[in-house]
Amino acid sequence: MRAPSGPNIVAGEVLLAVEEVSLAFGGVKAISGVSFDIRKGEIRAIIGPNGAGKTSLLNVINGFYHPQQGRIIFKGRRRSAMRPYEAALGGIARTFQNVALFKGMSALDNIMAGRTLKMRRGFFWQLIRIGPALAEEVEQRRRVEEIIDFLKIKHIRKIQVGKLPYGLQKRVELGRALAMEPDLLLLDEPMGGMNLEEKEDMCRFILDVNAHYGTTIALIEHDMGVVMDLSDRVLVLDHGVKIADGKPAEVQADRAVIDAYLGLAH
Amino acid sequence: MLGPVLETLIGGLMTGVLYSLVALGFVLIFKASGVFNFAQGAMVLFAALSFARLSEFMPLVLAFALSILIMIALAYVIEFLVLRRLVNQEGIILFMATLGIAYFLEGFGQSLWGSDIYKIGLGLPTNPIFILESVFPGGLLIDPVELIAASICAVMVLVLAVFFQVTRVGRALRAVADDHQAAQSVGIPLNRIWLIVWAVAGLVALVAGMMWGAKLGVQFSLSLIALKALPVLILGGFTSIPGAIVGGLIIGAGEKLAEVLLGPVLIRTFDLAGGGIENWFAYVLALTFLLFRPQGLFGERIIERV
Repeated sequence: MRAPSGPNIVAGEVLLAVEEVSLAFGGVKAISGVSFDIRKGEIRAIIGPNGAGKTSLLNVINGFYHPQQGRIIFKGRRRSAMRPYEAALGGIARTFQNVALFKGMSALDNIMAGRTLKMRRGFFWQLIRIGPALAEEVEQRRRVEEIIDFLKIKHIRKIQVGKLPYGLQKRVELGRALAMEPDLLLLDEPMGGMNLEEKEDMCRFILDVNAHYGTTIALIEHDMGVVMDLSDRVLVLDHGVKIADGKPAEVQADRAVIDAYLGLAH
Repeated sequence: MLGPVLETLIGGLMTGVLYSLVALGFVLIFKASGVFNFAQGAMVLFAALSFARLSEFMPLVLAFALSILIMIALAYVIEFLVLRRLVNQEGIILFMATLGIAYFLEGFGQSLWGSDIYKIGLGLPTNPIFILESVFPGGLLIDPVELIAASICAVMVLVLAVFFQVTRVGRALRAVADDHQAAQSVGIPLNRIWLIVWAVAGLVALVAGMMWGAKLGVQFSLSLIALKALPVLILGGFTSIPGAIVGGLIIGAGEKLAEVLLGPVLIRTFDLAGGGIENWFAYVLALTFLLFRPQGLFGERIIERV
């Protein structure tokens, strides 16, 4: 569906690359020697059966896990591990598989929390809340309201997010990530547990974010139809090993991928 | 009758303020990490011991400044050696860690500073003040130490409330308390937030320790006043700074009034010994609250969909 942008992106500049990364928990190997890259402006899907190491890979990229081997190159800087704060500062935002919102706070406050790194006034100004600090708060609020409009969640912005239905929580979580104005957006199963209508909405938001803001997106998804429609390139993992990497149609036809999904040839 | 009751009420409220000060330390850390910091009482003892011993051979101001530095250093060590390694762990694991810190601090404080009873001489006026002498015979007695302690506490509470409610730091704190990973993912520096909060909790412990120390002398039992902060927290809510204050006042006044008013009744009608009401009243009040309003007076009620 996204054929027009395809060729440019494949030739595009690399935003993030992972080289020969291996990660183990005790004796359990989560990721073994995986290399792949994410290019500026693309939607990159990561798929694979349960336990393939997809979420672990996302956690390596935004610094929750530190791999034992390999390197991560982000915006031209090579390092052996990211740290969460560095990743956020460098423009990597993410959502979580099981929705990790600040449950006691309103939708608005959750999204405002995403602006943390954009607010630069010191404690003193914040305390007295006049002049520059007030201007800043107002400016941040304006940006957040834009995101709220974009995601069509105006009606729930003052509601404590713990009380919202799951689909809306996922949308608020996307809003919080967008509030960071990220260069790279990591989405861990953005459509998990959603009904068809919610999935379609979320699909549209993802495409809009990519088109309007030019945000590079890496997403994990189980719904094959969604993956094929959305993504420019697909990385396939199985038992922590890369088994395929390419355009959706190529990956779909790949023998190893079919085997991994159907459980053949073991 | 009214005179003595009023006097008891005032005395109770002043003691309540001191409970609030201890409870405040708990609230700060609970808000920032979702952890019930069992070590708060030990921190009060440790801070008071440091101040008492330092003030023996240096001016009070210098001892105070040095004690602040010690509490900040302590916050740093706790963050670096313990909390940093337990990011994303269950709350109960962090709680166990604070249990360990509590007993270490109690013991180490005594190894370092000694285990006798030390006096804190703040140079505060000790002569009782009498007010409203025209209304009540003999007037109402007010302890100036308690009055000063209450004022200091009120100022601290005001500053902290503004600091944590109004600023971006406040939002960051609540975010960290709700979900470590999510907070990290939006670029909230977990380590720095914890350092700030433990340092502020240490400062609160220092002030509380100085006030209680001036009242009772600095000794091991000081760490036990943390247990009095528990009912205060249940009453006020674990996440609310104003709750800690109101809770403290209610408990302080309630237990003193119960002792004076309820005690004689128990003795007369049930032929009981009647004493010790002060020891259990606060907990019964807290239990009652748990049954009817578990989130406390001001606590946030978090409803989760299952």
